[in-house]
Amino acid sequence: MESSTHLQPSEHAVLDLSADQRWGDRNRAAWRDIREGLSQWRLVWALALLDIRLKYRGSLLGPFWLTISTGAMVAAMGILYAVLFRLDLRDYIPYLGLSLVLWGFGAALVADSCAVFTASEGMIRSVRMPFTLYAARIVVRNLIILAHNFVVVLVVNTLLWTWPGGVAWLALPGMVLWLGVSLCLGLLLGALCARLHDVPPIVANLMQMAFFLSAVIWKPEQLGEREWMLALNPFFCLLEVVRGPLIGRMPSDLVLGCALFYSAVLFVVTWLVFARVRGRIAFWL
Amino acid sequence: MSSAIDVEGLSLSFPLYHGNARSLKKTVLSTMTGRMAADNRNRVVVEALRDVNLRLRPGDRLALVGGNGAGKTTLLRAMAGIYEPVRGRVRVQGSLNALVDPHLGMNPDLTGRENITLRGMYLGLDRRAIEGLAEDVAAFAELTDFLDLPVRIYSTGMIVRLGFALATSVRPQVLLMDEWFLAGDAGFMERARERLENLVRGVEILVLSSHVPDVVLQWCTRAVWMDQGRVRADGPTAEVLEQYLGYPVQMSEWARQRSAAGPL
Repeated sequence: MESSTHLQPSEHAVLDLSADQRWGDRNRAAWRDIREGLSQWRLVWALALLDIRLKYRGSLLGPFWLTISTGAMVAAMGILYAVLFRLDLRDYIPYLGLSLVLWGFGAALVADSCAVFTASEGMIRSVRMPFTLYAARIVVRNLIILAHNFVVVLVVNTLLWTWPGGVAWLALPGMVLWLGVSLCLGLLLGALCARLHDVPPIVANLMQMAFFLSAVIWKPEQLGEREWMLALNPFFCLLEVVRGPLIGRMPSDLVLGCALFYSAVLFVVTWLVFARVRGRIAFWL
Repeated sequence: MSSAIDVEGLSLSFPLYHGNARSLKKTVLSTMTGRMAADNRNRVVVEALRDVNLRLRPGDRLALVGGNGAGKTTLLRAMAGIYEPVRGRVRVQGSLNALVDPHLGMNPDLTGRENITLRGMYLGLDRRAIEGLAEDVAAFAELTDFLDLPVRIYSTGMIVRLGFALATSVRPQVLLMDEWFLAGDAGFMERARERLENLVRGVEILVLSSHVPDVVLQWCTRAVWMDQGRVRADGPTAEVLEQYLGYPVQMSEWARQRSAAGPL
């Protein structure tokens, strides 16, 4: 009986782990983790898709429930706030719809990031896999959800005929930045939350506060002369690099510059933390 | 490329962040008050492995024996690269499969087939190999009609068969196996043993953690007695088992017959 599948020896087949690591070794190991994690994009995609399918298995509309609930939320809040703030509906609803959809992506991503490693404890303790794989999984999962919610933005723009024009394509480089930032959040928050169990509630509080401070449901212009202060808010700057082009208005150079600066800080901090603690994560679970 | 395992001076310790020792409060407080800082530095640590040295080459069949909490499973995990050394070094050459968790990544809400596909992807198999894997596993686990139903509705026996079939369906160069693997109901065990023996015969290096003297004597040529994270004895299986158990060991009649059929 020769039925078993042979595991092919590959370059991954050599495992060389040593305790007395210098920063050079740590950097190499972290880089290898990220490279190998991303090279398994097919597995990442399959896992993310399964997450969505499992959540909505047996439901008639499946993930389009997300679209419907987001649509209902936008309609209700849009009308209420347009009345409260005395805003033009045709101007405000597309803005609010887009803001809520994009913010929803960020907020869900941050919440999932806190549980990246703790939720995959069983897997991490039974097979060696790049940690980046788990972070990439939640990024892709949330991108799939974003794609469903984005239908709301398209519907609103069609109904009110408020298309942003060609400038909207400039949201694509913004999305690329978001991908990098998302992966960093997964690795950084995942590791911090595995080690310090107080971090998730802190993060949850922070995100709630950021929702109100980041011009999601109100417009930056409403701040008047003090609009520049929004550049101090990393959440706002990052939101704006994708939202701005999609409502037909490029963000100011100040906001773009700040977004790049905050992202760069996040990249560096994530790299330092991840390279330092990567080998310890399995011990904390 | 031939396979090899080299473990040099390996120590592993688990920090115990029990109670609020793990919390941010303590970390912040400890930086402000001297007493807490001292407290923090003397944090409780469980030394799971202490200065373990092992060298395995193709053809080696090693048994890890020892009581509960002696560090057998931790050592398996360290050799699988799951826990990275706190001190020392672990080097493993060759494709590796570690069977430490009976339900490794099995998701009860997925169907049997989806679980098999997922495992195949974790192992880095291509599409064709995964199809072969599914056929092989389904045939052995006798899941015919259930293969496309969620694992959640399987009987316990079916889950055990699926898990076992999955775990034994790929042949690595280095196989690390925990003792849970040898538990199962008698009827199934006979068939399971045949499949397992087939697998073990095909691998270059076997490391098996087990309590069952029969299995150790029949399958392994060398044994290591782990005690409180240290290697207490290392040598031929019968000798080490005698030291560990405290009485002479003999293969049972049944095991003798089986091993007479051919060495592993």
